[in-house]
Amino acid sequence: MKFTKTFAAGAVSLAALIAGTAAFADCGIQGAGSVRILSNDFEALRIVNDVATSCATAAVTVTANATAEHKNIQGPALTVNPAEYSVAVVANNSIVPLLNEDLIRPLDDLVAKYGQSLQPNQLIKIDGKVMAIAFMGNGQHMFYRKDILEKAGVAVPTSYEEVLVAAQKIKDAGLMDYPLAASDKPGWDLAAEFVNMYLGTGADFFAPGSAELAIDNENGRKVLETMRAMTGFMNPDYLTYDANELNKIWDAGSVAIMSQWGSLAGAATDPATANADIAANTAFAAAPTIGGGTIPAAALWWDGFSIAKNISDADAEVSFQAMVKGISPETVAAHPHAATWLVAGYEPGPAAVGVIGNATGGARAYPMQPYMGLLHTALSAELADFIAGKEEADQALADVKAAYDTAAKEGGFLK
Amino acid sequence: MPHRTFFAFILPSILAMALFITLPIISVVVQSLFVQHEAVLITVENCTPFGCETQTRVDTEAMAKLQEERPLGQFAGFANYFNRNHLALSEIASILSDNQGIGDIVGRVFNLPFYKALSFTLVYCFLVTPLAMALGFAIALAVNTLPRLLKGPTIFVSILPMIITPLVGSLILAWMFNPTGILGASLQSLTGDPTLSLRASPVLTWIVLLAYGVWTNGPFSFVVFYAGLQTVPQDTVESAKIDGASRWEVIRHVIIPHLAPLATFVALVQLMDNFRVFEPIVGFSAEANATSLSWLVFNDLVGQDSQLFGSAAATSVITIIGVLMLVAPVLRRTWRDFTQKAV
Amino acid sequence: MSFASRRPAALHALVVGFLILWVVAAAFPFAWTVWGSFKAEADFFSRQSWWMAIEGTRTQAQTGSAFTLAGYEGAWVKNEFWKAAINTLIVTLSVTIISLTIGTLGGYALARSSYRYAFWILIAALVFRAMPHITLVSGYMLPFFQLNIWGVLPTTIIVLVAINQPFTLWMLHSFFLSIPKDLDESAMVDGCTRFQAFRLVIMPVMWPGVITTGLFSFLLGYNDFAVTSMLLSQDNQTMVPKIASFLGSIQNEGNVMYAVAAVVSATVPLFLLVLFFQRQIVSGLTAGAVKG
Repeated sequence: MKFTKTFAAGAVSLAALIAGTAAFADCGIQGAGSVRILSNDFEALRIVNDVATSCATAAVTVTANATAEHKNIQGPALTVNPAEYSVAVVANNSIVPLLNEDLIRPLDDLVAKYGQSLQPNQLIKIDGKVMAIAFMGNGQHMFYRKDILEKAGVAVPTSYEEVLVAAQKIKDAGLMDYPLAASDKPGWDLAAEFVNMYLGTGADFFAPGSAELAIDNENGRKVLETMRAMTGFMNPDYLTYDANELNKIWDAGSVAIMSQWGSLAGAATDPATANADIAANTAFAAAPTIGGGTIPAAALWWDGFSIAKNISDADAEVSFQAMVKGISPETVAAHPHAATWLVAGYEPGPAAVGVIGNATGGARAYPMQPYMGLLHTALSAELADFIAGKEEADQALADVKAAYDTAAKEGGFLK
Repeated sequence: MPHRTFFAFILPSILAMALFITLPIISVVVQSLFVQHEAVLITVENCTPFGCETQTRVDTEAMAKLQEERPLGQFAGFANYFNRNHLALSEIASILSDNQGIGDIVGRVFNLPFYKALSFTLVYCFLVTPLAMALGFAIALAVNTLPRLLKGPTIFVSILPMIITPLVGSLILAWMFNPTGILGASLQSLTGDPTLSLRASPVLTWIVLLAYGVWTNGPFSFVVFYAGLQTVPQDTVESAKIDGASRWEVIRHVIIPHLAPLATFVALVQLMDNFRVFEPIVGFSAEANATSLSWLVFNDLVGQDSQLFGSAAATSVITIIGVLMLVAPVLRRTWRDFTQKAV
Repeated sequence: MSFASRRPAALHALVVGFLILWVVAAAFPFAWTVWGSFKAEADFFSRQSWWMAIEGTRTQAQTGSAFTLAGYEGAWVKNEFWKAAINTLIVTLSVTIISLTIGTLGGYALARSSYRYAFWILIAALVFRAMPHITLVSGYMLPFFQLNIWGVLPTTIIVLVAINQPFTLWMLHSFFLSIPKDLDESAMVDGCTRFQAFRLVIMPVMWPGVITTGLFSFLLGYNDFAVTSMLLSQDNQTMVPKIASFLGSIQNEGNVMYAVAAVVSATVPLFLLVLFFQRQIVSGLTAGAVKG
């Protein structure tokens, strides 16, 4: 696997980088202009924003706007000329609207000029052009309770089939009534569960080269069957569980195996707030495989930054430099546990085991097709009845297709 | 009032509404009649930290050209309104022409997202509005009998559910109704059913949402009705009692008629607000069992990765039409009052 | 009311029982939230038992005391909730004052005009009120960015004023209807202009209705989420979007206790408001809405 190698290379080169640590205060930004960052609002991004903001000098102004509404703001904000923001921090899914509308610029020149500290695998290339620089990875993987699995006498499951067997054993042993959990709340979360498992089958969502949906097949049914089978071992309230809720029921000790975001792994074992007994027995692993597949059934995510198209080249240059500083190995060295960094010199901690496991296991990235968002929306609403047990898999897949086709026609992707 | 004076007085108000409400509404209506240009797709290789894949992307140059020729997209007429994600006319037609009885029809119609949302919206609107008004009226009558000293604090407490930020209010109650929360757990031990969860079944979810609606809407009716009670002419009440009317008859024949105009006002405001029910669905994480028209708009615009402006616009216009149909009787009454004033 | 004294005991018990039930239902969630805001998240939102919120088991374990100010400290000090509080103050006061100023003039004109267009303006206002706010907001984004007025407080204030106008107009219109026409018309016979009549005769008697309407405007500005979350940049955020940001997003944990502490903090001014204006709310509505 190509990726595996680069990932490992990044981890190994830690020592080399610490030697070359530059002073924090002076970012040495060449040129003059303004840096205006728009990002989501969570800890790791706030760190990056803060470092970038600290680069402000007499010639370079830096402002940052971290908000949960960033996805809704970025479109109009980058459409105007000059754009309201020079930097948009994006992920697999939120970069797509910017690409569709042609709102971000290729970064090849800037990478050549100022990107010495970047690693090749950080470059997000679309059609050969660098369109974004990734700096952290994420993904849903398995959380399990060592003590419960031990008591039930089962090994750590590596496939969803084994997860179901383990759940049955835990239940039979009287250890827990509802050993499994997943973020099955209708909406973005539920759709993400389907996407994860479907990626694990190795099949594609769309017919090659077109927006034609291709999930109405054996793989789609297998995924739905597995999702349904798992709900049999879940708390009856599973329809209201999103990712944040999962961590809380985990902390209450009522779940033995769940699929949860890597970015929430740290919180589950944080000695300051987590339930000590539970945290001590919490372990992470790559997402299970599904249906005899060989790769972890979970989407890999990256967070990265992109530079707006509708700004002056001077602003683009200083913005790029400030952001490279923000995601520099020094930042990562100062905050090693804030995220699963993709930056050189990062040494994965215990909380990153799951995401790294997904990546090394060959899990696939969340697709960047222009119409993937429409499918996600269709899944998020139409799978609700299925997961609630109110309709069958065939009907659910037909509903998803009908809803997606309608939206794709509105979006001009299908005739 | 002469035209000139009238407009001098109302101009700032009209200007604000025209700029920030009328213009957006016009643009929304126009938007709802269009769909996007047919996307020009090209197959490319995309590389991420996790490997390379062959995917499609939008040919932005070709699209820019199309966009320049026709900035609004392709004219679609009412297609956005009639497609499956909205009124679903062709789906309804095929369900009606080929089905296995009423149960099958109902099941399949409610499988369509718009009708699923509409059913909850209407139930919420038509149950919560009268129930909240009844609750408010009952509280108003009861508070009115209290000694002066107790009235103040009781009114104060009664207003609380109205002033709380709706999203926050529903979150607080949702936490309490959680099976391990104070209300959820108490209900479990009261009913002796340790698996009882108010959020797991559709019926119970609806009941909780309705209860929340009554809780949060009741105080508005209470305030208005209580205020109205203060103006009930006491001599009419006294003379009714001298004529031998019972307590109930006084309420029925004196107080309720006196409050009727107020009730119209309350009903108008509450029907409109309840038709846009949204926050409790999010606050209670009830999306699996209950969605509303406003939630559909939210989901199209904010809840997801790609924003569907045309679809959201169509749902919004349908919402407006729905509200207009709801308040039509009140409008007729206002029109009557208005023409009387003119005479 | 006089029939209080002659009420039979059974009815009396029923009324008192009903009221007690209602007062508990109305007040308990607030009392519970205030209590919980001094606990750790694992207690207040315990997935084990709500009894932990009473005893503070985990709060004890984490902080060594059964009560903690961590939520308040996190919200106010670490996350600078005070900035949001100041922004909210500015937004809410401005929205209320501007809404009332232009709404009073407009409502008065509507109440005194007998032309048909006045009716249609009222109906249009009603239609406007029916529009889901979120749809309106997404329409604003592009023009606001183009004009470079996005993200700042004045834009949000004007938008909230506009969104608030339909309700203000309706309420004040019905209120002015209840003030006898003869009052201002006789002033005009005495030689006043329409505006003088409004200022000298109507203004002194309009305050109850205006205060009630103002309270609702205040609540709208205070509680708004759709507009403020989309139209304000991080530095200018008001309290409600700030609270929402404490709740976390899909892939990242929020700090719910900050949100709870912030909610309690944000409710205190509302408490005071209701406390001070209780009589106006009630009496104003009497005067304003009786005509419906």
